[in-house]
Amino acid sequence: MTLLLAVVIGVLYAGGLYMMLRRSLGTLIIGLALLSHAANLLIFTVSGLARGRPPLLPDNGVPAGPVSDPLPQALILTAIVIGFGVLAFTLTLMHRTYQITGSEDIDELRSTE
Amino acid sequence: MGVLLTLPILIPLFTAALCLLAWRWWRVQRVLGLVSAFALLCAAAALLYRVRTEGIQAVQIGAWPAPYGISLVADLFSAMMVMITGILGAAVAVYSAGSLDKARQSFGYYPLYHVLLMGVCGAFLTGDIFNLYVWFEVMLMASFVLLALGGGQGQIEGALKYVTLNLMASSVFLAAVGLLYSVAGTLNMADLARKLRHAPEPGIVTVLAMLFLVAFGTKAATFPLFFWLPASYHTPPVAVSAIFAGLLTKVGVYALIRVFTLIFVRDDVYVHTLILVIAGLTMVTGVLGAIAQNEFRRLLSFHIVSQIGYMIMGLALFTPLGLAGSVLFIIHNILAKSNLFLVSGLAQRFGGTFDLKKLGGLYEEHPALAVLFLVPALSLAGLPPFVGFFAKLLLIKAGLEAGSYVIVAVALGVSLLTLFSMMKIWTEVFWKPAPQRHPAVRRRAGAGLWASTASLAALTLALGIAAGPAFDLSRDAAAQLVNPQSYIDAVSRAHR
Amino acid sequence: MTSGILRTTSRLLKPLLLIFSIIVLLRGPNAPGGGFVGGLLAAAAFALQAISTDVASARRGLHVSPQVLMGAGLALATLSGTVGLLAGRPFLTAQSVAIALPWGGELRLGTALAFDASVYLVVLGAVALIILTLAEE
Repeated sequence: MTLLLAVVIGVLYAGGLYMMLRRSLGTLIIGLALLSHAANLLIFTVSGLARGRPPLLPDNGVPAGPVSDPLPQALILTAIVIGFGVLAFTLTLMHRTYQITGSEDIDELRSTE
Repeated sequence: MGVLLTLPILIPLFTAALCLLAWRWWRVQRVLGLVSAFALLCAAAALLYRVRTEGIQAVQIGAWPAPYGISLVADLFSAMMVMITGILGAAVAVYSAGSLDKARQSFGYYPLYHVLLMGVCGAFLTGDIFNLYVWFEVMLMASFVLLALGGGQGQIEGALKYVTLNLMASSVFLAAVGLLYSVAGTLNMADLARKLRHAPEPGIVTVLAMLFLVAFGTKAATFPLFFWLPASYHTPPVAVSAIFAGLLTKVGVYALIRVFTLIFVRDDVYVHTLILVIAGLTMVTGVLGAIAQNEFRRLLSFHIVSQIGYMIMGLALFTPLGLAGSVLFIIHNILAKSNLFLVSGLAQRFGGTFDLKKLGGLYEEHPALAVLFLVPALSLAGLPPFVGFFAKLLLIKAGLEAGSYVIVAVALGVSLLTLFSMMKIWTEVFWKPAPQRHPAVRRRAGAGLWASTASLAALTLALGIAAGPAFDLSRDAAAQLVNPQSYIDAVSRAHR
Repeated sequence: MTSGILRTTSRLLKPLLLIFSIIVLLRGPNAPGGGFVGGLLAAAAFALQAISTDVASARRGLHVSPQVLMGAGLALATLSGTVGLLAGRPFLTAQSVAIALPWGGELRLGTALAFDASVYLVVLGAVALIILTLAEE
């Protein structure tokens, strides 16, 4: 399972970078999204995969069986939230860029060079 | 407990909240913003005094014990950085209140500005590596919007490049934090320092160190990852450029210094050699890029890159003297660089453009502005009696002591080129006869603009005159960085 | 987009979503749930309204502007964290009081719930701001 996820992470990173190297604004944002998913999945995988171990304690505070480490999940949740906000902003920014320049070819955005 | 440590985060947070509540009344926001910027300055000064007199301060947020909870830690280096953030925050708040157009002021400039200050202070104070990531993102989110706010084509394009490259760096940073957690099982930096000292697999630790080097290197705009900076920093209004130029890349440098003095210390010589090579190349490419420029703020942007090289040169030498030089250089550079950006704003106000070719004659018309330019410019080039000279002196001396003659030669050569390009600005903007002025050019600028620019120049001058105390402070800060045990001890007995 | 089916169902769904978001928020301090999920659910309710009718009516439904919601949330977060400081503990230390209810039992009011409520407000404000801005373009 770890091996499979490792391959998936690699594919996500590769796909993300490939999308970012295309010249269009639309694929750029998809590439950024893929990169952040890859990072989240990486944290999930390297912190150890376990089946059927809830990261929660029952009311009495004594775990019924093995529990998994809740911290990586907290990290991923935080990263997802941040990624969501950033992605929403980037989407608006791309939209503005397209409105102003009328082009979605990144090579044409040279007015600040 | 630990009120002083929390205040530099609390004050901007509460101000941002109040500014959002007063969304429709931008004049109220402006007053709130000014009051709060000065309150932050006072809190930062109090924190620095406390750290100076009582040693490293630490507190556990929410009273969760270390290493599970988030620590806020202020050693001398952090406290000095928060202090300089307070100074710059206040100066630029005054400048922006007098120079920004109404549209920007009423569309969220003030809340964003304070969120930015909160992110910067949080990054300087946190003792938890994931929390550092969060503060970086807080800061970046605010800076994204500030950069794009109310912008035309140039601003939007600059923002796009800035956002894309910074997001890539963030994703590397996040992956590195996740991997670090899987290796060490903790995220508290003091705890990481303890655990990684005896890590069973030094190879993995070095790989992680490289990931952090790439992530922070991009955010600090080191060679070869600096391209986003000169493509974006000259596009927003001058007040925004000034605060970005002063603070944002330095947070990256701070993170590099923090991580490579506290966590990844046992890495062998080649990591430091690598950083040294990066430092040299950053200096050279930055200054060469600057020489070719004819736009005031673009030229200054390339100099930011060049000076980042000096800051990490001290880190690469990794001697107490070198780190002291780095600390003093960062402080000096934040003051001088923002000051130059503010001067460029005034020059644009009086000359109508940022284009060096079309400016001119400002020495005759505004001699005061010429003085305000010369102080930070000569300090940046490293001439005595300004503080930039003493900072460079420390770095060069440290380089000679370590026997790294190549980097010393590079640093001296780049200094000369910096002086050359400052003189280019001087002749083009101030000395050469005034060209035909655009009729819309303004003759006067408000007192706030002058006061904020002059106060930064005065500080540069004062630090040069009081070089002794400034050097003592940086030397003590460097001593704490070289010996992380005091940091680790402070966290382990943090207030709960 | 004015599908009659969508409009009718969303009129029913919106109050349900809002009530459910409050329930999730109140569960927050001790059980799965909390301000973030609650805020997202509430924002989903307004997004549904914006899709099924129009953006203007969703804005009216919010009553205050999203910025003010975010400001209120951040202010509440600061205040709930400061309670700990005033009690002489670090920032954000949870403090709570138990109030005996006249019909027996007790009600625990604490800064944890206040902080969750502040997250709820910030998330609702931020997501509403993003969705409504994008939907207006």
